[in-house]
Amino acid sequence: MEGDAVDTERADFGQRSGVNVVPPARARKLAKVPFVELADGRLQGVVSSGSDTARVYVSSITAGSHALNCGTNNNRPCGGLSQGGACKHLDSLVNEAVLQYGAQRVADYLQAPAHLREADDAERSAEAALRACLEGKPESTPPGVVFGRFLRYLSYLEVPGTTTALPEMHWFPATGADR
Amino acid sequence: MLAAHLTELLDTTPAGVSETLDIVAGFDDALAHGLARPDATRAAALEGLAGALAGTPLGAAVGEAVEALSSGSLADGHLAALAGARTALLGAVHDALVDSLDAARGVTRDTWSASAQAPSPAEPADDKGAAGSRAWLGELAVTGWLGVDRDLASGANQTIEALLADPAQRRLAVLLDGLTAELQALCPAAAVEQVPVRRWADLWARAVLLSHDSRRYGPCQAATEVSGRLLPLGVDVHEHGTAVQAQVHCVFEPADGGPPRLLCASLTAAKVDAIVGPAVWRLLADHPVLLGALAERRSLTITDMPLLAGGDLLWHDDRAGAGEEVDPFATARLHLADAVAPAVAPLDRHPVRIAEPVFIEGYTTDATSGLTVDLGGATLPVDLDRLPACGPLTPKLVADSTACIGLLRWDAGQWSLQPLAVRTKVKRKPATVQTGDWALGPTDPKVAKVEERNNAVAVLRERAGRLLRG
Repeated sequence: MEGDAVDTERADFGQRSGVNVVPPARARKLAKVPFVELADGRLQGVVSSGSDTARVYVSSITAGSHALNCGTNNNRPCGGLSQGGACKHLDSLVNEAVLQYGAQRVADYLQAPAHLREADDAERSAEAALRACLEGKPESTPPGVVFGRFLRYLSYLEVPGTTTALPEMHWFPATGADR
Repeated sequence: MLAAHLTELLDTTPAGVSETLDIVAGFDDALAHGLARPDATRAAALEGLAGALAGTPLGAAVGEAVEALSSGSLADGHLAALAGARTALLGAVHDALVDSLDAARGVTRDTWSASAQAPSPAEPADDKGAAGSRAWLGELAVTGWLGVDRDLASGANQTIEALLADPAQRRLAVLLDGLTAELQALCPAAAVEQVPVRRWADLWARAVLLSHDSRRYGPCQAATEVSGRLLPLGVDVHEHGTAVQAQVHCVFEPADGGPPRLLCASLTAAKVDAIVGPAVWRLLADHPVLLGALAERRSLTITDMPLLAGGDLLWHDDRAGAGEEVDPFATARLHLADAVAPAVAPLDRHPVRIAEPVFIEGYTTDATSGLTVDLGGATLPVDLDRLPACGPLTPKLVADSTACIGLLRWDAGQWSLQPLAVRTKVKRKPATVQTGDWALGPTDPKVAKVEERNNAVAVLRERAGRLLRG
């Protein structure tokens, strides 16, 4: 019976116009980590410096290899990371990504170690698997790409609104009242 | 809407709908696998599409496009013909469904007059946005959803930036941004079962058509100016990662007499994915009169407000004034049965666009499998996924309700009800709850506190101010 229900739902997925493909992000406090995304094969984002309000760190974890990267946006490597193991910026990045997307979606994207994940405790074991991703090797990548993505992200707040109806938005219902 | 109306609607399947959807499904399957080299089955499906359109004004162009596919010589115009063919088929399904709905309810609807459509402004010679869109959409079509990799999924990013900078091309920009986010989330996809085949073909086809004539559908459309009283029924909220639209369904009483009409006022803002829930209202705060009418349940007086042929007001908050408090259920009871419904613009005719305001009461609800309402023996599923996080209306409140203003929708062969407002019980006392109740900020202190603490809009605007213009 249950199998049938799942099959119908799947068949329906292909035939429906109004299916929800990207689950909406969840609200979180943005002050410390203003930007988090799953894109370009990485969990990446921008983390505010704890000591200097003008400075930000660009941090990322690569999917699959779990290579770690953290440095300021003007290319200075993060001291915390070079001492081996993840720095506090990467810690914050993972924590905030879990708040925004849920641990399972982040763990899926990063291909976190499958043997650490349990079906009957999916969210908590996904979080544990994400901790394992933070034990990857540091690898330097230029921060420009991620910082550029952050600037592009921010630029949406400068796009003026409109009162012309956008009929295409009927494909994108707002959802999530039951959360 | 009476039980008899709903029974008639649910008992009627317009002729030809399922056959038409089969043809669409054949095309969608071919698109999922890529149009570059269709195998025998998919070539036959494409022939079927051409066959269905033969004898229509599109027939010759579609036939030519299908032939070009088999010889591997695809051009821009061919893709437009295919997208147009699919759009025409779904437009016919839309029309048949709306006709059966209007007939069941006895609703009068305006007819579309071709003169209502403004002539298309010429595309500038170096329109990077439109040309870039066509190139990307062409590549998607040739590759197919199953072949889309990370690079192709994000291949339209620069194009989208160019489109967003041009208010006349906002529809295409917002559509491509939504599609891109979904492709990035699901691709590369291993199997066709993992791909929303119908949905992505919908988005692709609409984008192709908009990319050929994008400016026609911008703010420059022909409008008439109207004055009178607006009575809001409820607000339908649409949202993806980078856009939110609040579409207010209203009954309009023209100042110069004439029958009441159903109209919509729409507010759209750009956003980012971290701005969710009640915070989205802050992005629309430039329209305090309209938002105030939602939050305080007031009527509005409008003066010389532009109205487009499809029943959409081009909202100017400074041409509206707040009126007296009005119960939306009184409006629905008084007017919904006899208000004149607007004609739907030809390009917009797609089943997904069906969102007809209805009022029902005296039903029972059943939550055993999803939520359904039973109205005099007719059973209608409630689309709980369309309850927005920016408002107080929850599945529980709908389940406890005794009267509902909602939108009738249709997807994959089934009608459903999207609630906008309910008469329900809050802490065992009767109450009216609407999706727009928090338009001026959450009235629930707990929700307001969390929203205040997160303060997403202010944090990001401050960063944007410092980093983009610093």
